[in-house]
Amino acid sequence: MSLKKLALGVAAAAMLGSGLLASATPAQAEDSVYIPLLTYRTGPFAGSGTPIADGLHDYLTMLNERDGGIGGATLIVEECETGYNAQKGVECYESTKGNHNGAVVYNPFSTGITLQLIPKAPIDQIPILSMGYGLSATAVGATFPWTFNAPATYWSQMSAIIKYIDTQDGGVSGKKIGFIYLDVGYGREPIPLLEQLAVDMGFEVMLVPVGVKEMQSQSSHWLQVRREKPDWMIMWGWGAMNPTAIKEAAKIRYPMDHFIGVWWSGGNVDLNPAGEDGTGYMSANFHATGTDFPAIQDILTHVVNKGMSQASADTVGDNYYNRGMMNSVLIAEAIHTAQTITGNVSISGADMRVGLENLNLSEERLAELGLAGFTNAIRVTCEDHAGAHPIYLQQWTGSGWNAVSDWFTPMRDRVRPLLEAAAVEYTADKPDWQTQTCN
Amino acid sequence: MELLYGIFVDPFVQMWEFPDLLVQVLWEGFVSGTLYALIALGFVLIFKASGVFNFAQGIMVVFGALSLVGLYAFGVPAYLALILSIAIMGVLAYSVERVVLRPLVNQEPIILFMATIGLNYFLIGLGEMIFGGEPKTMITEELGLPKGAWDFEMLGGFVSIQRIDAAAAIIAGILVGGLAIFFNKTRIGRALRAVADDHQAALSVGISLNQIWRIVWFAAGIVALATGIMWGARSDVSFALSIVALKALPVLILGGFTSIPGAIIGGLIIGFSEKLAEFYWGPLVGGSIESWFPYFLALIFLWFRPQGLFGEKIIDRV
Amino acid sequence: MLYREAGQFKTNYRADQAVFPIRQDFIGIAALLAVLFLVVPFTFNDYWLNAIMIPTMIFALAAIGLNILTGYAGQLSLGTGGFMGVGAYACYKLVTIFPEVNVLIHILLSGFFAAGVGFLFGLPSLRIKGFYLAVATLASQFFLEWAFGRVAWLYNYNPSGAIEVPNQYLFGVAIAGAPASSVTRYIIVLTIVVALALIASNLVRGRFGRAWMAVRDMDIAAELIGIRLLPTKLLAFSISSYYAGVAGALMVFMWLGAAEVESFDINHSFLILFMVIIGGLGSILGSFLGAAFIWNLPILLRAMPKYFGADINAATVEHVQFMIVGGLIIFFLIVEPNGLARLWSIAKEKLRRWPFPY
Repeated sequence: MSLKKLALGVAAAAMLGSGLLASATPAQAEDSVYIPLLTYRTGPFAGSGTPIADGLHDYLTMLNERDGGIGGATLIVEECETGYNAQKGVECYESTKGNHNGAVVYNPFSTGITLQLIPKAPIDQIPILSMGYGLSATAVGATFPWTFNAPATYWSQMSAIIKYIDTQDGGVSGKKIGFIYLDVGYGREPIPLLEQLAVDMGFEVMLVPVGVKEMQSQSSHWLQVRREKPDWMIMWGWGAMNPTAIKEAAKIRYPMDHFIGVWWSGGNVDLNPAGEDGTGYMSANFHATGTDFPAIQDILTHVVNKGMSQASADTVGDNYYNRGMMNSVLIAEAIHTAQTITGNVSISGADMRVGLENLNLSEERLAELGLAGFTNAIRVTCEDHAGAHPIYLQQWTGSGWNAVSDWFTPMRDRVRPLLEAAAVEYTADKPDWQTQTCN
Repeated sequence: MELLYGIFVDPFVQMWEFPDLLVQVLWEGFVSGTLYALIALGFVLIFKASGVFNFAQGIMVVFGALSLVGLYAFGVPAYLALILSIAIMGVLAYSVERVVLRPLVNQEPIILFMATIGLNYFLIGLGEMIFGGEPKTMITEELGLPKGAWDFEMLGGFVSIQRIDAAAAIIAGILVGGLAIFFNKTRIGRALRAVADDHQAALSVGISLNQIWRIVWFAAGIVALATGIMWGARSDVSFALSIVALKALPVLILGGFTSIPGAIIGGLIIGFSEKLAEFYWGPLVGGSIESWFPYFLALIFLWFRPQGLFGEKIIDRV
Repeated sequence: MLYREAGQFKTNYRADQAVFPIRQDFIGIAALLAVLFLVVPFTFNDYWLNAIMIPTMIFALAAIGLNILTGYAGQLSLGTGGFMGVGAYACYKLVTIFPEVNVLIHILLSGFFAAGVGFLFGLPSLRIKGFYLAVATLASQFFLEWAFGRVAWLYNYNPSGAIEVPNQYLFGVAIAGAPASSVTRYIIVLTIVVALALIASNLVRGRFGRAWMAVRDMDIAAELIGIRLLPTKLLAFSISSYYAGVAGALMVFMWLGAAEVESFDINHSFLILFMVIIGGLGSILGSFLGAAFIWNLPILLRAMPKYFGADINAATVEHVQFMIVGGLIIFFLIVEPNGLARLWSIAKEKLRRWPFPY
């Protein structure tokens, strides 16, 4: 019977205590900025999510350690585990948005979560920074004042990849292009653009969706590729899908140098299992890999070597680690801009929005931050929350990445009208959608 | 009309025109089938001896493979890591029997089933905490498993057979053979079969149920470890594997919960049919029918044989 | 003392079979409802309503649905997540096709679509029993998941494949979509859940409920005493799916605001099964207790280290949480396989004699 009493006690305590504890917030620090990070280090997508989470976390921690925060405000960084699951992501959002005087920005690192947060952002007055993912149409800043997806949208990126293909082997026209994608919001996002470009530029598209359940058994998908023999393969993969796809591609002897991945399909974790077999595989990117930057050296000195990071020193500089770090660079720069414009030290979500909208990461500023040459200059405007910033392609050498193209710009003139049309369509059934006018 | 052509004519035309692809599809089906059969085998062993529908079998696959790779990453030599992983599966079997099964003896089957789902969650948390959640590469070479592929130029194309897949099929065969001998020739094996037939009668002739349970869970653990190594070598070792393990469930209803040959034949049927269906008919409805096709196939079988292909006939008495 | 039922005499069967045969129960429920309707909306903050109260209520509704099927009619189902999805997608389609009709009507109607699908997938239950049936219900789960992802018509060809809730108003007050306040949504959810729960507790004590329990306890015997198995089982499937469908529609329209396939995956089916088992098979009250327990336990575990000031990273908390949830489930099954509802009735027994136990 005592066990039963214990059980009764546990049950009662859990039910009564849960909310009491959950709503209790620790004491307020002086002049602080609260940045909740929606990350995932568990589940099928942990492989991609872990290095990104490390990069995100370590750069912000480094700023705290080295400079005592940004502009005198300490950064309160807190991770919430989403498992790349949209529902858990929303729960994380709801449970963190009010802590420490309110979150200033969210980086969902999942297109699915981003889609669910977009309508919440204007209401809660917290901007969303979906760096190089999320809904492409949110680049139209007039329609989506609260969502930012610099440095480029999925649609821009897809147009860039097609542009690259167009320069190879006598152009893209008349070719057959296979598109293998993770069958969730993320993978489906670029399809409208791809199909439009196919009409405009005269190539054929073959869609190969991979469900989350089939991520690790893609043999049928790749046999289909073998049957259809597309001239090029483009992949929008994530998590456990990437390494499996590359292995399967090697198995059907698909020419690796005609296989191009999105910038989320180019991690070291994705290619290591295939190793030599993956040689020649390309993936898009918008920042450098490696540790040869003063800012990253600072991370190593102030954070990783002090044991304040979950990352080991040898994963620092990996593609996804640097991706996460780049996201934090954008956050930090936006906070800095917001502080300069509004004069507030502990900025609010609305201030942060102003900061993001006036973000201007010039070459000089990058050099000041210790990141000269890390990425191309990035500028966000009221009209364009993404900016069709240049990107480049990198190629797997069997053990690391090599840049194979120069920085080149996406097809802005083709993409922008489509983005605007998509933005109009998004708001069509939302009569009271909040927009802004840009001068 | 076009649809009818797509369903009834086109696939067969393709099979005829590209026989190398057909052979490749069948081979893929065979390999997946073998692995499904192995996972199902783990279920059957436990269900037969203890009547527990062990939902955690899929996680045991991941857990086994993860311990192996994790131990190797901690610096343990490959073969020692393998032995230690087997030992871990033994400890797991012992603890499951002691902590979960023994206190729950005589409970409804559904309660035991739920307990294994609880075990499932527990093992996910434990595995991720000790070894980390990120996918790991299986230590194929270190274990002496073959790498690379044999490519046969034939039938107007080529058929590529991964050496690791061939090895998986052979190891699966050895495991099944070993288990068959163990069940039929040894004293423990006979005791096991007695328990499977009738718990009460087995108890009354002095067979220790607890010991039998530990043994079957251990055997299921070894089968899980072997499956984990094979599947891990095909893709990588991560918790996403446990989703694949759900494929063993239609294998079970097809083959029957209590039949070892059923698990193997059911696995092969599911493997072949899902790959053929996905490859030749899947594109007609948007693809990825692999996720539910095996269940429907199994349902159709069930309609005619509610106890599965090889299950024991269910007789209801008031 | 508190639960003395001495003096409460029943003079007819009707009174004896009432939903709340004991007056204290009736008073207790009335007081609880008064608190839920009148006090909670004005005292609880957004976080409490959004993260705890609304989901608990919605999951309790889904758990009642599954409890009807599994706890009362004895048909183990692993397809609840899929049926919830049917409700959600049906409601989304209804709202977009008939935008002039109020969303509340759509939510209640969408359950019927789920009921229809439940009916179809309940058909094999005539020939298949036990775990074989459980695996068969997985067929519906996976098929529905596939359909939500692949049948573009269901999500109105939205390129992202997600369904998003358009803003909805009732008498000028926003009741769904981003502008709807959590208090409004909470009251709507609470009203629907309480109403459906009352209907369910009436159903299970009536003719249908008794037929279900007879089938659960031994279906051959039930058949022999004149219960027609197929209609009884199919009715259980349909009604159970109706509840799941309404819960799914509420989940998307009143809580999440948008959803994709993953919101209705197999893990949800398990989550709800857990709620039913931990709460107590064959108990409506248990469905509420189970939902509250299973839903809030992880929230509690997540909040715990922060409360004690320990700096444990999010991933470790997640892992530990998995272990504790798994461990607690096993612990509860061992200690009280009949669930929290049974613990509550033990507690009531104690309360009857409190403070002078003998």
